[in-house]
Amino acid sequence: MSLDTEAVQQQPATAAQPEGAPQEWEPRIVGFACNWCTYAGADLAGLSRLQYPPSIRLIRVPCSGRVNPQFVIRAFQRGADGVLVAGCHPGDCHYSTGNYFTRRRFLLMQNMLQYMGMDPRRFQARWISGSEGPKFQQVITQMTEDIKALGPNRKMRDVE
Amino acid sequence: MKYAYYPGCSLHSTGIEYNMSTLAVAKKLNVELEEIPDWNCCGASAGHTTNHLLGLALPARNLAIAEKQGLDVMAPCASCYNRMKTAEVAVKSSPEIRAKVAEITEMDYAGNSGVKSALEVFLKEVGLEKIKASLVRNLGGMKVAAYYGCLLVRPNGIGMDDPEDPMTMDDMITALGGEAVQWPFKTECCGASLPTARSKVGLKMVNDILQMADISGVDAIVTACPLCFVNLDMRQNDLNKKAGGNFNIPIFYFTELLAIALGEKPGKVGVKKHFVSTAQVLDKYNLK
Amino acid sequence: MRKVGVFVCHCGSNIAGTVDVEKVAQEAAKFPNVVFATDYKYMCSEPGQQVIKDAIKEHNLDRVVVASCSPRMHEPTFRRCIQTGGLNPYLLEMANIREHCSWVHPDKAKGTVKAIDLVRKAAAKVVKNEPLQKSSINITKRALVIGGGIAGIQVALDIADAGFPVTIVEKEPTIGGRMAQIDKTFPTLDCSACILTPKMVDAAQHPNIEIISYAEVDKVEGYVGNFDITIRKKARSVDMNKCTGCGTCWEKCPTKVDSEFDMQLGKRKAIYTPFPQAVPNKPVIDREHCLKFKTGKCGICEKVCPTGAVDFTMEDELITQQYGAIVVATGFDQFDHSVYGEYGYGKYPDVITGLHFERLVNASGPTMGKIKRPSDHKVPETVVFIKCVGSRDEAKGKTYCSRTCCMYTAKHATLMAEKVKGSKSYIFYMDVRTPGKGYEEFYKRTQGEYGAQYIRGRVSKVYPKGDKLVVRGEDSLLGRPVEIEADMVVLASAMVARSDAGDLARTLGISYDKDNFFTEAHPKLRPVETHTAGVFLAGACQGPKDIPDSVAQAGAAAAKAIGLLAKSQMETEATVSQVDESRCSGCLLCKSICPYKAIDVKIIAERVGGKTVERQVASVNKSLCQGCGACTVACRAGSLNLLGFTNEQILAEVEAVCL
Repeated sequence: MSLDTEAVQQQPATAAQPEGAPQEWEPRIVGFACNWCTYAGADLAGLSRLQYPPSIRLIRVPCSGRVNPQFVIRAFQRGADGVLVAGCHPGDCHYSTGNYFTRRRFLLMQNMLQYMGMDPRRFQARWISGSEGPKFQQVITQMTEDIKALGPNRKMRDVE
Repeated sequence: MKYAYYPGCSLHSTGIEYNMSTLAVAKKLNVELEEIPDWNCCGASAGHTTNHLLGLALPARNLAIAEKQGLDVMAPCASCYNRMKTAEVAVKSSPEIRAKVAEITEMDYAGNSGVKSALEVFLKEVGLEKIKASLVRNLGGMKVAAYYGCLLVRPNGIGMDDPEDPMTMDDMITALGGEAVQWPFKTECCGASLPTARSKVGLKMVNDILQMADISGVDAIVTACPLCFVNLDMRQNDLNKKAGGNFNIPIFYFTELLAIALGEKPGKVGVKKHFVSTAQVLDKYNLK
Repeated sequence: MRKVGVFVCHCGSNIAGTVDVEKVAQEAAKFPNVVFATDYKYMCSEPGQQVIKDAIKEHNLDRVVVASCSPRMHEPTFRRCIQTGGLNPYLLEMANIREHCSWVHPDKAKGTVKAIDLVRKAAAKVVKNEPLQKSSINITKRALVIGGGIAGIQVALDIADAGFPVTIVEKEPTIGGRMAQIDKTFPTLDCSACILTPKMVDAAQHPNIEIISYAEVDKVEGYVGNFDITIRKKARSVDMNKCTGCGTCWEKCPTKVDSEFDMQLGKRKAIYTPFPQAVPNKPVIDREHCLKFKTGKCGICEKVCPTGAVDFTMEDELITQQYGAIVVATGFDQFDHSVYGEYGYGKYPDVITGLHFERLVNASGPTMGKIKRPSDHKVPETVVFIKCVGSRDEAKGKTYCSRTCCMYTAKHATLMAEKVKGSKSYIFYMDVRTPGKGYEEFYKRTQGEYGAQYIRGRVSKVYPKGDKLVVRGEDSLLGRPVEIEADMVVLASAMVARSDAGDLARTLGISYDKDNFFTEAHPKLRPVETHTAGVFLAGACQGPKDIPDSVAQAGAAAAKAIGLLAKSQMETEATVSQVDESRCSGCLLCKSICPYKAIDVKIIAERVGGKTVERQVASVNKSLCQGCGACTVACRAGSLNLLGFTNEQILAEVEAVCL
């Protein structure tokens, strides 16, 4: 069973160049990062000067459990090429249980998005702790590469 | 109640008494046994030590035949039971193993038919209540040590009773009117083939078990494994001659005592074939 | 129309090196609602902050965006800054263009694009920010300590000394706990009772401490600063006010019962105090065994009592009291080794546990301190100690190390050598772990001076042979099997959570781990707090601990409780959940999701069609809410919102970065 028809309709990489951007197409990834783990992990990546593609825009939330599926849908609607929801490792949630809700919601969301024909690589949930700067770097790099290969999101984008 | 019967090599040779008494008990308790047609080696001893997959494929073939018959298997020999149970668990837990085994045996064994030891079939499935109701005579307080050895109760997940302090046979002894002597060596290693291969090591192991039984003041030892039986029964003479022992402990298969209590004549279940004479103890407790 | 000011920081060259900060400020000035944008070398510096304050005045700003480092770094700084500049501190947003941009993206062109995006995001959000106020709650200046062992006693003494009233609720008839059962303490070998009983007396006599023994916590309501606690005083059958503790009753009582305090090795009466130094030193009647309660006959204690204190009709009594803080110090149970067939399933009388050994060696124990084995009261000459019984065993026991067993086993071997001259102790171990002051030295003395023989390996079987116990194991250093004929075997059984720990945790609303130990708020940085504000942990209820660690943790828990009680009022989080009652359907799905019990039901009255109807809605307790926002996503009607991180704010951010 394969619902991700998207890879087949892959667009040439030059299709949607943002204005003023340099030659290569850079995907736009919206990241929801919990304040206590992943946001801190991203800060640590900065402190450690770990380079990663400038594709990610992090939105700080108190807990990954605060991320309403609406936010994800809205990001895709407005043209995000990927969405990342990231929080503390299961069991380490600052609020004890928030990320368990995230985990369940993510699976449902993932199913729904796949059903809609969205490639699952565009929507990811990751557990990145405040001490995992290198993991943050690696996740962003990998996700950027995956989405570069997929090309821009045209699936749920509002008609312009 | 019907089972596919897997006698294995022992019950057709050194453990002939076990076969005779098992069939006798089955008849008395209305357990129908149908021998697995064209059965092969269970994979014990040489088989599973040579090759892990061979050790699974051999018993799986027997189980596959039983599965076709739509029957669970009863394997009286502890070693056969252990191998078949191992194969059953392995096939059930891993589709890959199932596929590999099917490729080798050219028969797909799905794990629907399982294996039970004779202890489980007679003492758990038929049950002690029914046995008690069918008793013709009782053991009259005979002091019996139940000896389980290693293969019936180990490893965890394969064994049919508690690996440290099994009670299945003890409960049977009590039900038959004997005294189940509680002793610490129920699951000691009998030495298996060591008395032959490295007699010094092997004979010491047999010696320790017999000595502990002796200290515990038993009239007899009861077992459910042909290899244990051979070691305990046949080596007493060896020990008496070579190591200055003075052992004279009759060894029984549990099915022999069960058959006798259910009214079978002792001669019919093979007790006269033992190395250590059973006549005295049977006399003493009026079980002729 | 909002008036937003944007302030872009160079952070020296930290940001300006890879981000064109001037361009960022120029672009920001074009964003909707932005009326002022500038850049400055160090925004967080005194003159930098002055730039912001001046701009607020000059341009009449009502919202501020600072584009600089991580808000985890300087959000408090800039909140204070705009507050002194005359704005509510929550009207600030930060764009993290250092950690998330200039430091990780060396390409200045791309970095600048991203920095502009991040500032746009912050500007879009800040427009939706509303002024928020922290709220405050009153604090009841009284603490409850659950459990009267050494940890609970220490907590109570420390809080009481700071001037606050404390109640100790103890399940047993006396305080003292496990430490009272122990004979000597490692590594100094001073007598446990000699250092514990004075503390018990101190607690009993302290004007600020009330001890309620033979009682349990029944119900906990309320929240930090204002817990309403219901305590169940179990029917003692003895009037505490009349009883003088003279002891006539238990001398005359005809019923002997196995003593729990003596680990069933000795006897007590049906009316009893667990041990002579009990505090309070007044008995209780064990109704399960008392003849009067079983058969209706006897009643000797009532007849002999000189003060008429015995009262067979007494019933459980519930008392309710308000407390500001709770410290849980309920201690541990000993692992039940009857799961181990190799050690005889608990059937051999001479295979005992460490706590049994403590009672056997204790001068006030059942053998008056003479080490005699339980079966035939013979003095054991050869003793085998087996460590890690139930600890570090994934198959049958617990995965963790119990931390105390290595030391108490060494202590036991030392006591064997001292009390039974010529005796021999063998100790089977997996590892010897002695991290603690003077611990390793003590262990070395046990081996050297006291001649205990340590054998590295596990025991495969213990079985009786005549009147001996044969211990068969492996010496893994020599690589061969060993057999020892012993007179007694002592198992170093694991420390496990109290069997009713889960129930208490649910009553208190605190979390517990897979082994039922209570969970601290942070394993390193908040070791004595729980996730529930106002509830603290002390001693072995949080995990295996020895006496020094328990006492240290008790002091820490007391300090935390004192810190709370010392305030008259407590400030609470401003970014909390808020219910839009007009949209709330009262389904209360949010209530079950909230990890802090911050959501409760509330009845509101509404005018519908000219009539007043009552209906239920969710209500957030602002002092309990920690602002995680889990409820906001669960709310079907979207009537819950998280202040500071509202749906509108986050969606504005999403839109801004997707432009």
